[in-house]
Amino acid sequence: MLIRTHQDGFIHPLSSEITTQETYNNRRQILRQWSATALATGLAGWTEREAFAQGVSNGAVKLAGTPAAQSSVQGAMTVEKPTSYKDATTYNNFYEFGTDKSQPAQQAHTLKTSPWTIEVEGMVKKPTRFNLEDVMKWGAMQERVYRLRCVEGWSMVIPWMGYSLSDLIKHVEPLPSAKYVEFITQADPQTMPGVRGGVLDWPYVEGLRMDEAMHPLTLLTFGMYGEVLPKQNGAPVRLVVPWKYGFKSGKSIVKIRLTDKQPLVSWAKAAPQEYGFYSNVNPNVDHPRWSQASERRIGEGGLFEKKRKTLMFNGYEAQVASLYAGMDLVKNF
Amino acid sequence: MKLRAVFQWRHAKLALVVFLLLPFLSLCVGILQNSLGPNPAEYLIRSTGELTLRMLCLTLCISPMRVQFSLPELAKFRRSLGLLTFFYVFMHALCYSLFDMEWAWDDIAKDIVKRPFILVGFTAAILMSLLAATSLNRAIRWLGAARWRRLHQTVYAIALLAILHFFWMRSGKQNFTEVGVYGAILALLLGWRIWRAGRAKFASIRPPNVRP
Repeated sequence: MLIRTHQDGFIHPLSSEITTQETYNNRRQILRQWSATALATGLAGWTEREAFAQGVSNGAVKLAGTPAAQSSVQGAMTVEKPTSYKDATTYNNFYEFGTDKSQPAQQAHTLKTSPWTIEVEGMVKKPTRFNLEDVMKWGAMQERVYRLRCVEGWSMVIPWMGYSLSDLIKHVEPLPSAKYVEFITQADPQTMPGVRGGVLDWPYVEGLRMDEAMHPLTLLTFGMYGEVLPKQNGAPVRLVVPWKYGFKSGKSIVKIRLTDKQPLVSWAKAAPQEYGFYSNVNPNVDHPRWSQASERRIGEGGLFEKKRKTLMFNGYEAQVASLYAGMDLVKNF
Repeated sequence: MKLRAVFQWRHAKLALVVFLLLPFLSLCVGILQNSLGPNPAEYLIRSTGELTLRMLCLTLCISPMRVQFSLPELAKFRRSLGLLTFFYVFMHALCYSLFDMEWAWDDIAKDIVKRPFILVGFTAAILMSLLAATSLNRAIRWLGAARWRRLHQTVYAIALLAILHFFWMRSGKQNFTEVGVYGAILALLLGWRIWRAGRAKFASIRPPNVRP
């Protein structure tokens, strides 16, 4: 789209946010360099990358596979300034490693991401346990720059790497009776200290309606910032659903179940009056304990920077609003 | 006794106040160096809140320690600690109004009505400012000692409101470990007062010097 509207995330009140002419002119070259590096390191084995995937390290390794091309999916490339890698990897909600936002970065190194399998079960043609390496080949790896809005009232902009979840779903051939997709994430008390506590009923479970799961924006994610997912961000494979609050995007997924019943997702189970199944970003429907009308963009400006107005469906209204046509979004929060 | 000598030191009060302002100073340095993490606003709101709770616990420690360990010297620290508690709750309210609400008075008013835990915290802060405003000797004379004492017993209600505020805040993440710690400390400190009041009452109804 040549003419950007606010629905594409074209909001930069500061001139400093605009990409300089010089960088813009070099964009193709920058992309070529990225692809070249990705290709050069692409053959490295998963185990080798795994050693780097755990920390805030400059030596983090590029994600292997097909060099990630920029996505052509509508709305997939916001032009907003990405959050710094440091902020995105040290300010995380990943309760399996502690409820404090600094804890995942400190404690997630114990997570063992190799070997990793994803079990696909329920209403599919042939329920199977797949190796991650195979699953990674089922779609063309793309870069997507998404806004991430946490239900707590803060947001980031993150360049993810992955492919549309719909590629996986088509590959496993769902039965016509399948109406929902349920995601079950890793819960290993040996390596995840948070799982030993009773904050939530582990494992963490999330779910989407089939049409939400099939939407091209719903991303099965293996990397971010051109690198393998750091462990605190949900390595080795997570979901990213950009128009929903962050907690809908399960991390370190081990099981995908296709079902005909709406899954009982973890937060709706723990606090049904506060969290619903849909959890779409909606500035007009407040959390019972706080307003959702605005958000603090992490790393943007100083302490006195004004908050941003939260956008309907996190700014993806043009792409996803039709999924909810005729639905009462106050009731189905 | 060495401990006693420390409490009796001429500058003991000043030293305590300076020491307990160090966390505030470190927050100021953190702002200037931009080292308060990815979300400095949230960090400031939460740390000033927790510091308020700590100061409140310290303030409520004075009387039990004074009586149990027979240390009358401790009484002189009580007002300073109370005022420090007020200082931190003021900073807490300031950070909330400035960073969370961006000085929008109508939003603050709406927020107080909408969110019970804000209402509870707001009530505690208002009560604390009443106690701070009547902390001078002149206020004691003006109110009369008995009335002043009754007014300042509000601190027990403030403690309950503060822990309820903290509990409600943490209930979102169902993370009650620290709530439990502060709750236990406050329960101990308030329980001691109830126990003592009960004993005093019991002592007063028992007829004195009755011998068979």
